[in-house]
Amino acid sequence: MSIWQSVRMALDAILSNKMRSFLTMLGIIIGVVALVVLVSLVTSTSDSVTSQVEALGRNLLNVSVLDDKENPIKLSELRDIADLPEIRAAAPLAQFSATGKNGHTDEDLNVYGTTAAYGEIQGLELEGGRFLKTTDVDNSAYVAVLSHDAADALFGRTDVTGESFSLDGRTFKAVGVLEEDDSAFAMLLGTKNVYIPYTVAERMSPAAAAVSTLYASAEDEDSMDDAEAALDDWLLHRLKLDEDAYMLINQSSIMDAMGTIQQTLAYLLGGIAAISLLVGGIGIMNIMLVSVTERTREIGIRKAIGAGRGSIMLQFLTEALMVSLLGCLIGIALSWVILQIVTFAARSIELTFTMSAGVVALAVGFSVAIGVLFGIYPAHKAAAKHPIEALHYEG
Amino acid sequence: MAEIIRLTDVCKTYSIGGEEVRALDHACLTIRDGEFVGIVGPSGSGKSTLMNIVGCLDVADSGEYLLDGQSIANYSERELARIRNRKIGFVFQSFNLLPKMSAEENVELPLIYQGVRASERRRRVAEALERVELSARAKHKPFELSGGQQQRVAVARALVTRPSLLLADEPTGNLDSKTGMEIMRLFHELHASGNTIVLITHDENVARQASRRVHILDGRVREVEA
Ligand SMILES: Nc1ncnc2c1ncn2[C@@H]1O[C@H](COP(=O)(O)OP(=O)(O)O)[C@@H](O)[C@H]1O
Ligand SMILES: [Mg+2]
Repeated sequence: MSIWQSVRMALDAILSNKMRSFLTMLGIIIGVVALVVLVSLVTSTSDSVTSQVEALGRNLLNVSVLDDKENPIKLSELRDIADLPEIRAAAPLAQFSATGKNGHTDEDLNVYGTTAAYGEIQGLELEGGRFLKTTDVDNSAYVAVLSHDAADALFGRTDVTGESFSLDGRTFKAVGVLEEDDSAFAMLLGTKNVYIPYTVAERMSPAAAAVSTLYASAEDEDSMDDAEAALDDWLLHRLKLDEDAYMLINQSSIMDAMGTIQQTLAYLLGGIAAISLLVGGIGIMNIMLVSVTERTREIGIRKAIGAGRGSIMLQFLTEALMVSLLGCLIGIALSWVILQIVTFAARSIELTFTMSAGVVALAVGFSVAIGVLFGIYPAHKAAAKHPIEALHYEG
Repeated sequence: MAEIIRLTDVCKTYSIGGEEVRALDHACLTIRDGEFVGIVGPSGSGKSTLMNIVGCLDVADSGEYLLDGQSIANYSERELARIRNRKIGFVFQSFNLLPKMSAEENVELPLIYQGVRASERRRRVAEALERVELSARAKHKPFELSGGQQQRVAVARALVTRPSLLLADEPTGNLDSKTGMEIMRLFHELHASGNTIVLITHDENVARQASRRVHILDGRVREVEA
């Protein structure tokens, strides 16, 4: 008997008892939905977060000084850090908020005091104008680079290079506008930002009195570890060998940690879903056993007219496999719908939940394995029936 | 004419609750190509047991069974299924059609197990249904057919593989006498066109229609001189 014939027979049997077949499939459907949706949620979320962290730069080092030993790090010392052979550039960052004013428009803004190197370290993209220059910092020039949203909030447009506005009463000239940043991170941290020379920030806010946050970049991704070690060494000596006085974060190690968390989470949820698939498989076996008993006479008739053990085995195994595969397909379709709905619901944070080919293949593979695993015993039971006893069975 | 079946000293014993029942007791029987043999005996005499062994649905405890000159004693279950499929056509008292399949699907089934191509299957199914005059009912399910029609479908299913031997166990047992007669007429026609038929019955009147009669009593087989 050909595979095609047994597929047809299995379909006939499945369709002749639709409600029961559906209920049998339900276990597999739920298992597949759990597997595909959970794994897709985890991987899509972390892929998105990963790509955003990646956008922040993989060769980025971030330092927070917690205790300056009553000897604050001065702006001039940033040059010493940048001069370390492993470090490409270093920039301080002092953050405070201020009220921006243009004509009658008032707006609360995030102000960052920093140096020219910051733009390069963070890879900031300009929509117009330029970023801060070293001469701006040296001359304490009242110039500012605005984020797209800040320019929009103050001026109602973004081509504002050369125009003036005020921050906490001091007049600044806008020299550049950054491109729009719609990443989830930016949403989280606020998008109305203004970058001014560090030396100007020193005059405006105590936050800039000492350098407590700084960013540095390595020559490239591969030299991150060397750069980290060099910066760590510099900080350790600068802060009196107290390793608790500062925090040095390596962006690429965050990536690695996130990768591990994502994988653990995916395995964990996938494992739970796999267990529910297993339960679905037991459901299939249960119904198949009932079905084999109910159809004892049919098996007897088939054997009498020449079906061998193999044909009967194939027929029932195919049936179990089709139930689990159909359940799997319905489950995948349902998962797709659910992920579309979740994507729609999450559209404000710009996350797209997609099914990876990998998880679909996993679901199909698992369903096939379960169909075979839990179909083999009932199919064997059917095939082993003695033709005469089966023919005389009164169900 | 060639011998199709030769049973020699075939015994079959069932034990129910420790008690031994000799369903076949040193049965000997020879059937030749083209014969129409009636096997007659009272209920419980071992007729069905004989048919099951002849039809390769069961194997004897002892004795020899040659089918088309070959001993089936050492055949595997798989080979027995193959023999049932190709050499034997069964007709049962209770029709034994698959209830969810149409008449033509029932008739087609043995050909599917033989691996016959679809176009060839269609042709032969139509031919077999024509033979039992049920072409008009090809698409009907068994429950839509009368007992006599169902039995004719069963005959078509037995014929469709062109078996060496048609085995009918009480084929008229579930039918009224008029439809029983129709089935018997069908058997006569099949015999006339060269089929070998073994008809099992408890009814002497039915058995008398066969060209040769064999009596069975308490598992012992005895030839009846015509
Ligand atoms: N599967 C079985 N288990 C036990 N005894 C059986 C079985 N099949 C038949 N018998 C016994 O064997 C004897 C012959 O049965 P059977 O061949 O069916 O007779 P018939 O068909 O002539 O009515 C009977 O006594 C019956 O009870
Ligand atoms: Mg009987």
